[in-house]
Amino acid sequence: MNRDDTRSATTTAPPGAPRVAPSPTARVPAPRHRTLTSPRVLPVIVTFVLFVVMFGAGSLRYDNFFSGQVLLNLFIDNAYLIVLAVGMTFVILTGGIDLSVGSVVALSGVLAAKLLSVGWSPLPVMVLVLLLGVSLGLAMGLVIHFLELQPFVVTLAGMFLARGLCYVISVESIPIRDPLFTAIAQGTVPLPGDTFISPSVVVAVLVVAVGAYLLHATRFGRTVYAIGGNQHSATLMGLRVGRTKVAVYAISGLCSAISGLLFAFYSLSGYSLSAVGTELDAIAATVIGGTLLSGGVGLVVGSLLGVLVLGLIQTFISFEGTLSSWWTKIVIGFLLLVFVVLQRFLVRRPG
Amino acid sequence: MSPDAPPSALRRLTRSNLFWPVVALAAILVFDAVATPGFLSLRIQDGHLYGSLIDILKNGTPTALIALGMTLVVATRGIDLSVGATVAISAAVACSWIASSPDPTSGSAALVGVLLALGLAAVLGLWNGFLVSVLGIQPIIATLVLMTAGRGLAQLITDGQIITVSNPLFAQLGGGFLLGLPLSVVLAAVLFALVALVTRRTALGMLIEAVGINPSAARLAGVRARGITVAVYVFTALCAGIAGLMISSNVTAADANNAGLWIELDAILAVVIGGTLLSGGRFSIVGTLIGALVLQTLTTTVYSVGIAPEVTLVFKALVIIAVCLLQSPKTRALLRRRAGPTRPDETTDSAALTTVSRP
Repeated sequence: MNRDDTRSATTTAPPGAPRVAPSPTARVPAPRHRTLTSPRVLPVIVTFVLFVVMFGAGSLRYDNFFSGQVLLNLFIDNAYLIVLAVGMTFVILTGGIDLSVGSVVALSGVLAAKLLSVGWSPLPVMVLVLLLGVSLGLAMGLVIHFLELQPFVVTLAGMFLARGLCYVISVESIPIRDPLFTAIAQGTVPLPGDTFISPSVVVAVLVVAVGAYLLHATRFGRTVYAIGGNQHSATLMGLRVGRTKVAVYAISGLCSAISGLLFAFYSLSGYSLSAVGTELDAIAATVIGGTLLSGGVGLVVGSLLGVLVLGLIQTFISFEGTLSSWWTKIVIGFLLLVFVVLQRFLVRRPG
Repeated sequence: MSPDAPPSALRRLTRSNLFWPVVALAAILVFDAVATPGFLSLRIQDGHLYGSLIDILKNGTPTALIALGMTLVVATRGIDLSVGATVAISAAVACSWIASSPDPTSGSAALVGVLLALGLAAVLGLWNGFLVSVLGIQPIIATLVLMTAGRGLAQLITDGQIITVSNPLFAQLGGGFLLGLPLSVVLAAVLFALVALVTRRTALGMLIEAVGINPSAARLAGVRARGITVAVYVFTALCAGIAGLMISSNVTAADANNAGLWIELDAILAVVIGGTLLSGGRFSIVGTLIGALVLQTLTTTVYSVGIAPEVTLVFKALVIIAVCLLQSPKTRALLRRRAGPTRPDETTDSAALTTVSRP
């Protein structure tokens, strides 16, 4: 719907016109001199520059800000959000949306905490939680694709269902005392220069790497972009639209479950009310990272940068000390606005 | 509709978009009547009506009101995620104004506070409409901006505090009565009737649908699509503003953090349950009203039956899934195929025989 012009662009546009969603069969790479300013890459560069400028401003303004550890803490504190944003990127690239992720994070945490507290050993718990996430995502994907219901409504129902199930399992916060979980929670991975990261960061970076590989180097990833560009064309091209659409929701579900485990490591508890509104953070990070909500345009690394920018805002507020927490929301809203307007003028569409 | 085989009355009924929402509402009410004796009874006390049904109406009013505006937005192929934030801002503005005025109990303070809140709500709606129709940003993301920033703005206005007010006139809005019914319910009913009248007795409803079905075609046909789009966002924001005033008046306080939290989702659900598709076009005001009632009745039921209130969400999710599935043309087609091809049966008996005899 949003990119009906794809076909005409290939026939009438002059060579070198920015091609937003390359078709999976296209072998011709975009001309190099346009790559950096293409609507696909430019927002990511803008986000990166923004991140660098913000970090620089923070370093000038506050003592102890300019350090590797402050940078790494962004990863440590937002590892779960990074994983969520990767899953969300897949879904949004197909033109869909997944509102259930925050609730699934909470459900994963509560389920893990509950099972551990009744004496399950940690590994089966993790496997079960991941399976639950995939199944929830898969179920939503199947309903969205085969019953042709809108992703917004289906994942909204999923959001309510997962949050409700949290309460069914436990209303109170359940502490996690399992040795493996606490070991992972308190473990550190030393890095050169007297800095460290948590094991969760390793997981998050791995998820980003796998996500980037899947999206940018496999047939599946190409199909994801093609569906977001124009689902109808993708179907006519003989791509496996159905399978791919269901798969992105399963991926998002899996990412939510992984994120739920990371959040459980981070907080060492499972609480029904945790991660409320996280889906909005994930969507905001994805959009700030340059992914178009209409689908077809975006990079996983952009979403990572988006999360880091959000994290940097939090860091600013904690360094400032006197700023109230609500400025976070206002600044995130403002950034969203800037990026949305920016994209609007970068991706000029007829109509 | 083919003249030789007019669909039976029952079939016409089940095909109606309102059929399943009404069935859902009736089913929940019947369940209530059986499970909770006296659920349907009304009593008059001090000339005011009381009872579970009145509670449902009163508690469901803010959501229904927002859903009313949301219906029009959705009909133009839009969505407004920022209504919850608008609720919080409107409540914050009115309560802050009243609390900081020289005489916090005076009627004039309440009046000015209410007008200020509604004025600001209209400005917020204008902003959403500007982003959507002038800048051409997708509605979901355009309103996400205000959804994220708005609650922060509300907290900025209240300075993060919960502001309590004790103004008799302001308290009327959420707790007053008119003709035996809660004032808020009467107000919402009047608004519903007005919108239904204006959209169905004038061409406005058709123009809104035209914008939703095909904005470019509507524009080429001379519909002022831009103006209509801005107008529906302003109207929705005003509805959200009124809802915010009702909510804060009902609890005589403004809680920037929690007022109207997730109300946008409930409102959208009410619209969807009412049979208006999120893809725009045809809309049903009555459907939205029924949708909002279904949601509120469900919540009230869970409370009154004694199920842990936390579990409401599970029921809500199940009802949404069920109603949406039943409304989906695809599911209906699947069910029809499973039950045998009924449509050809009506034209020839022999076709029916062959279908039945097939193993």
